Amino acid sequence: MSAREGQERRVPPVLIVLAWLWVGVPFAYGLWQLLLKLPALFGG
Amino acid sequence: MTVTDGHRAGFLTRERIIARPGWSRWLVPPAALAVHLAIGQAYAWSVFKTPLEKGLNISGVASSLPFQLGIVMLGLSAAVFGTRVDRNGPRWAMLVSSICFVAGFLISALGVWTRQYWLVVLGYGAVGGIGLGIGYISPVSTLIKWFPDRPGMATGIAIMGFGGGALIASPWSASMLAAFGATGNPPDPDGIALTFLIMGLAYAVFMSMGWLLIRVPADDWRPAGWNPAAQKTGKLITTSGVSAANAIKTPQFWLLWIVLCFNVTAGIGILEKAAPIFMDFFGGSNPAASFAAAAAGFAALLSLANMFGRFVWSTTSDLIGRKNIYRMYLYVGAILYLVIELTTNSNKVLFLICAMLILSFYGAGFATAPAYLRDLFGTYQVGAIHGRLLTAWSVAGVLGPMIVNAIADAHQGEAGPARYTTSFIIMIVLLVIGFVANELIRPVDPKWHETDDGTTGSRSGVRTGEGARTDEGARTGEGARTDDGARTGEQEATR
Repeated sequence: MSAREGQERRVPPVLIVLAWLWVGVPFAYGLWQLLLKLPALFGG
Repeated sequence: MTVTDGHRAGFLTRERIIARPGWSRWLVPPAALAVHLAIGQAYAWSVFKTPLEKGLNISGVASSLPFQLGIVMLGLSAAVFGTRVDRNGPRWAMLVSSICFVAGFLISALGVWTRQYWLVVLGYGAVGGIGLGIGYISPVSTLIKWFPDRPGMATGIAIMGFGGGALIASPWSASMLAAFGATGNPPDPDGIALTFLIMGLAYAVFMSMGWLLIRVPADDWRPAGWNPAAQKTGKLITTSGVSAANAIKTPQFWLLWIVLCFNVTAGIGILEKAAPIFMDFFGGSNPAASFAAAAAGFAALLSLANMFGRFVWSTTSDLIGRKNIYRMYLYVGAILYLVIELTTNSNKVLFLICAMLILSFYGAGFATAPAYLRDLFGTYQVGAIHGRLLTAWSVAGVLGPMIVNAIADAHQGEAGPARYTTSFIIMIVLLVIGFVANELIRPVDPKWHETDDGTTGSRSGVRTGEGARTDEGARTGEGARTDDGARTGEQEATR
């Protein structure tokens, strides 16, 4: 078995989820703050 | 180079971050976003302007200097360091970007603390600006290599992050400034310094995920189920590589430069004066008390369109082609300006839809550019070529506001939409010129393609600066290059 084959292992899905949460949570915060301003545009 | 060799390579080298088999390419967009969401803070600089002006007793022009210098440095550093970013790899680039960007905040904190405003200009503008430029281009070529089947979508995600950075930074920094007494009357400068300090430290942590997680694909990697030979091809899509030094000698580069510059100028034309434009168009129909909030809502709506346009239209370009999508940005953009010009303030909803679409095309122009460059010049040094193209942004950043502000000032006596008639006509003309430039783009002459012997010529193939072939230029086992430069190989691909 080669070194490469020996190292083949899947990335744990939790790592992918955590990575997206790392950037997704601040982004969602910014988006929410933005959406709060929109009603004023239509007189809300 | 094997993965085992990579473990002996330096921490920042490209060899060290070659992905092992089984690595998921879906870890790469969040790594890129960790950098782009941070450096996108630049567009939230306006939050600091009033506290700095009142706290340090400086003029409005002076308080704009750090941002303006930062944008100029963004374009310059992307152009100057682009080749090095491609050579050293994304981890090096992301770390250098993080250090410069964070150092910019820390120097600014020191500057406000000691009441030495020149340190803020130097720190945020010059040092931080270098971080902006290197950070902006750092993940682009890596994303294109990981997503050869969807390059527009991949770069769209990252560059959407740059648009989204201000969404996060704006309310966050405003709330900190308020909490630390920097928005009082008079504002406490130490509160501004503390805000800079905390932001610098927070961004250092946030961006670390980017340079820790980023990986480049192995030479023989390709997406599962993706057949390079069957990928969508078009007249403009090359399978060869052109160096950055040669790319700027081609008419295609400069035509695309004009396209980007004028598309950005047209977008800035409305973005720069979003609130005043809204006020002049619809001021009469709103009570004065609620008008400021309505104008802020308009600016927020444009930010939203700018951000999502980057992802939506850039992803669409994977389906309909880069030249066609730019036709839409430029042609439909000109029509939309014309609609605003003709209907003025007669229909608010129509005005909002037009403005949103114009801003979505503005953002999309940035996001689709790297994939267009990939089509024209191949993946070899696409990051460096992208860096040089961003000088169009620097020029547009000066040109757009200059046109709109100068014309609006010259029409001070006029009220309502008439103040912007000339500006919008100029924007239409610029978009038409950009449309013509896009139509003139043809496939790059094969004489600029890199060859095995280090010269340019008609043969396909790519070399590194040192003479060794790179993964982008790797050949198939039979010696024929595949589309996108990827090798057909035995390595199991992952999604």
